[in-house]
Formats: sequence, C-alpha cells, structure tokens
Amino acid sequence: MRSNPKSEIQNPPLNMEVYLDHVSTTPLHPEVLEAILPYLRHNFGNPSNLHHVGAAARKGISAARDQVAAFIGSKPDEIIFTSNGTEANNLALKGIAFARQDKGKHLIVSSIEHFSVLHTARTLEKWGFKVTYLPVDGYGLVNPQDVKEAITDQTILVSVQLANQEVGTLQPIAEIAEIIRAQSAIYFHTDAVAAAGAVELDVEKLGVDLLSLSGQQFYGPKGTGALFVRQGVRIIPLFDGGIQERGRRAGTENVAGIVGLGKAAEIAKQETGNWAEHTLRLRERLFAGLKQRIDHLYLNGHPEIRLPGNLNLSVKFVEGESLLILLDMEGIAASSGSACTSQALKSSHVLKAMGVDAVQAQGSLLFSLGRENTEAEIDYVLKKLPPIVERLRGMSPLYSSELR
Amino acid sequence: MKLERGIGMFDYSQKVMEHFANPRNVGEIKNPDGVGTVGNPVCGDVMSFYIKVDNGRLSDVKFKTFGCGAAIAVSSIVSEMAKGKTLQEAMTITNKMVAAELGGLPPNKLHCSNLGADALHKAIEDYQQKSAECHCPYCDGRISDEAPFCQACGKDLVDRGS
Ligand code: FES
Repeated sequence: MRSNPKSEIQNPPLNMEVYLDHVSTTPLHPEVLEAILPYLRHNFGNPSNLHHVGAAARKGISAARDQVAAFIGSKPDEIIFTSNGTEANNLALKGIAFARQDKGKHLIVSSIEHFSVLHTARTLEKWGFKVTYLPVDGYGLVNPQDVKEAITDQTILVSVQLANQEVGTLQPIAEIAEIIRAQSAIYFHTDAVAAAGAVELDVEKLGVDLLSLSGQQFYGPKGTGALFVRQGVRIIPLFDGGIQERGRRAGTENVAGIVGLGKAAEIAKQETGNWAEHTLRLRERLFAGLKQRIDHLYLNGHPEIRLPGNLNLSVKFVEGESLLILLDMEGIAASSGSACTSQALKSSHVLKAMGVDAVQAQGSLLFSLGRENTEAEIDYVLKKLPPIVERLRGMSPLYSSELR
Repeated sequence: MKLERGIGMFDYSQKVMEHFANPRNVGEIKNPDGVGTVGNPVCGDVMSFYIKVDNGRLSDVKFKTFGCGAAIAVSSIVSEMAKGKTLQEAMTITNKMVAAELGGLPPNKLHCSNLGADALHKAIEDYQQKSAECHCPYCDGRISDEAPFCQACGKDLVDRGS
C-alpha cells in the first residue's frame, strides 16, 4: 500500500461529527432526496392502476428500472425491486432453490457471507437442501479451486459475495464464474451489497446470473433493494399476491423508495470511480497516520484486494466496544467485530473464518469511509484515537502482561 | 436532532456511563495481599483485582480490565463497593447488587457483572489461602514460604525432622 509521506496532521476543529460507518448505512444523497419528494407529496398513485394517477407512479418505477439496469449493465426486465438487500439475498437463494430442486438440492456459499445469505442457507438446510460452506484464507479470499471441488452433480446454485461487508475483501467473482460456466448449468449469485458504489458493477464482466443490491449502501434510501435475475432464469417468489414485478415480487411497490434507488444508481454509475479514488486516498492517510501513532496495530483483510473505503484494524489488548464508546464520545462513529459489540456476544464470523485470533478480533475496529468524508475529519480521528487507545491499554491486564 | 454522544447505541444507564468514563481505582497494587483474575481473552473479557488487607478490612482495591463498557463500569463500582469493607462483607457482594448499584445493565451484559464480584472474591480467597499457608506457628506473624526463621519473633522455622 502506498503510504502518505506527509501525514502531518493539520489542526482539526476541536469538536467534530465524523461518520465512518458507511458499511452500516450511508447518508442519503441530496439529489436522491429531491427525486423522492414528489413521490411522497403528489405522485402517490398505485402503479397497478391504469388511471393517470397510477401512471405517474408507474413512470417513476420504470425510469428507476432503467437506471438500476444501466448501473449494473443488465436489461431493465432483469431487475426485481425488493425491500432491501436482505430480501434480495433471500429471494436469490430460496427462489432458485425451490425453482430447481428437481435438478438437485445442493448449494455452495462462502463462509463469510452476510447473514442474509448464511442464515438463508441454514434455513434451506432445515428444509432438506445440502449446503457447502467454502473456507477463506487469512485475507478472507475464496479459492476458486475450492468452488470447483465442491461442485457435485446435485449443485444448483453458488453464492459468493463480491465484497465482504467487514474486511472489504474482494472475491475473484469472474474467475469463479468461469469455473461454474465450464462445469454445468449451475447458477451463480453474487451479493454486491457492500461493493455497490465502491467498485464498478457489470453483470456481463462478472459473469453472474443473479446479483443483489441495497439502496442504503450507496446513498439511496433505506427499505430499498434490487435483485438482478438473468433472463431465462426461473425463480419462485417469496411472497404470494399480485403480479407486481412480473409475478416475482407481490405487493404494492415502494414507489418513492424505488425512485430514490434509481436515482442513487444513476449517480453511482457516474461517480463510483471518483468515490473510490477519494475514499482510498483518505483511507491511506488514516492508516499511515494511525500506524505512526499506535503500536500493535494490525490490518484485517487483504492489503490491496479490498474495498477502497474499508479500513478494518485490530488494536491489540483493547476491546472493541470500549473503543467505540470513547470514539463516540468524541463524535466519531465507527464499528467493530468484537464479541462484546454484538447482541449475541459472539465475535465476527468473518474474522473467525479468516483465522484471526480471539484477542485480535476483540480489538477489531472498522472504519468505512464515504464520499462526504474529508481530510480534516481523518486528521481529527488521528488526533483522537491514539490517546483513547493509550487510556484503554493502561487499564488492560493483557497489555501489561504481554509487554512485561 | 442531536443524540447524546457515547450513550446512543449502547443502552447503558447514566451511572454505567459515568463509571466507564471515569473509572475509579484503576491500576495495580505493588505487593498486593491478594490477586484474582477471571475471564478469558477468548470470550472477550479479562478482569484482575488487586487487594490490600489491613486488620481484616480491604484497605485498598484496584483493578485492571479488558472488556466492554459494562465490564469496565462493573470493575469500577465493585472496587468502590469493596473498599473499606471487612473480608466477610466483601464476600457477600453479589452480581445482582453490582448491577443494581449501576442502575441496571442491558440483559446481555449481566454476565459482565458476574465477573466483577467473581474477580474480587477470587482476590480475597487468594489472600486467605496465602495467609493460611504462611503464618508463623509461634507468633502468627506473616512469613514467606521459604523463610528459615520468623522475622517477627525470630523463631527457627526449618524443619529438622526427628
Ligand atoms: S466484557 Fe464482553 S460483553 Fe462485557
């Protein structure tokens, strides 16, 4: 990684609000808000209605479908709008599993998928399907060879995420796609939720049959998502009801949300390159500056093959939740994969699958950067974090015993 | 709309946040009379208590903790609750009392309150064990395990056999 030689920090303002948790959700883009508002005010119609009120809503949805399709290089008809990324992933796995169960009942997923894929796979196991969970290496990378070896004549679907939500590792999707294509008629799904807006998306280059998106991950509204389903791929809907989304997703559409998702996709198609460049520059500044100021600091994930705005660190001898609270007191919002920060008090399944040791996982600290972050904000973190770490290490029985 | 920093996402009471932000009695005691460590870095928490005993009372209590906000607040309040108490009194401190003293803990953080009382009790037991093993049989003064004679009364402590 390039390190920034002049990471002399400027004097940041004393009291800032710094949002470095874009992996959880992103703020709405102002232009997206503008696009949505008319659909909350007067364009309230039900798109299924033939009258002019319904037609206005229908027009909004159809424009959004074009925008999302253009964003990922698909045809508009191949887009199904959902209520979020979780629904898109559920629809992909369950929809394909049920449509193709007469062909076979075996699925392959990576072990560091988002829970909306992993837990769906678990449910499918309860319903009689078999699932292979692919291991990852210390960087969080899936080995395409493992996919090849896991395939049986029963395999109907492989699902590997494009980017990991925690450590930011980018998977070799195109390579895996090649293996799958060469083998047989297995469908390939990728969860692109964490990748959208950070890396270029093109379903042809990726070679996937299904791809999931979530609006809130690239400056669109919450409660919106989309699933790309390649033409000719049959899928069983999750909901029964009306014929919305050509019978694949019943229920009156979230018109304003879909319009917002479309606008966000349009902006992201234009801006992904700029956002990536911007967040990468800030990330390198942050990492170089922290390395200078904090010892026993480790990078989780791959040094290069990762999302540009993702900096997942382990601050050894301190616990993630304590770090988060003290950062929050300084106005800095970040996240952690430590056990104590999770409701169930289990440390991150991603770090575990990567073989990161327990103490290191406990000290994990995730900064995920976005388009609106500034250099001054990074410098503010560089100023605030080191004394916080020092303070917690001063309290930590592990620190003293390790260094004695 | 601005939310208060630090407490927004963790559901901690004011008192927990106060102790977390300004923990009392952090540190180690040089030559402690008892030390108790509980927890395991694999589960994400390690707590060490150090105690000094004077006349059967805890004259000093200090701690070091690796853990969440609740764990640090628990350590802090336990150290406060225990200081000045007799050993027997300190042994009756329960996790329920600790949680109550902190104005409650989120349900999934109750286990952190067990750690505090456990570590304190372990430190006291450590002291009692040490003192049980190492008292001069003649004057009851404290002695080290390998001492050849009692420093308090001067009696010979080497077992010469028969
Ligand atoms: S120390 Fe882990 S939850 Fe409290």
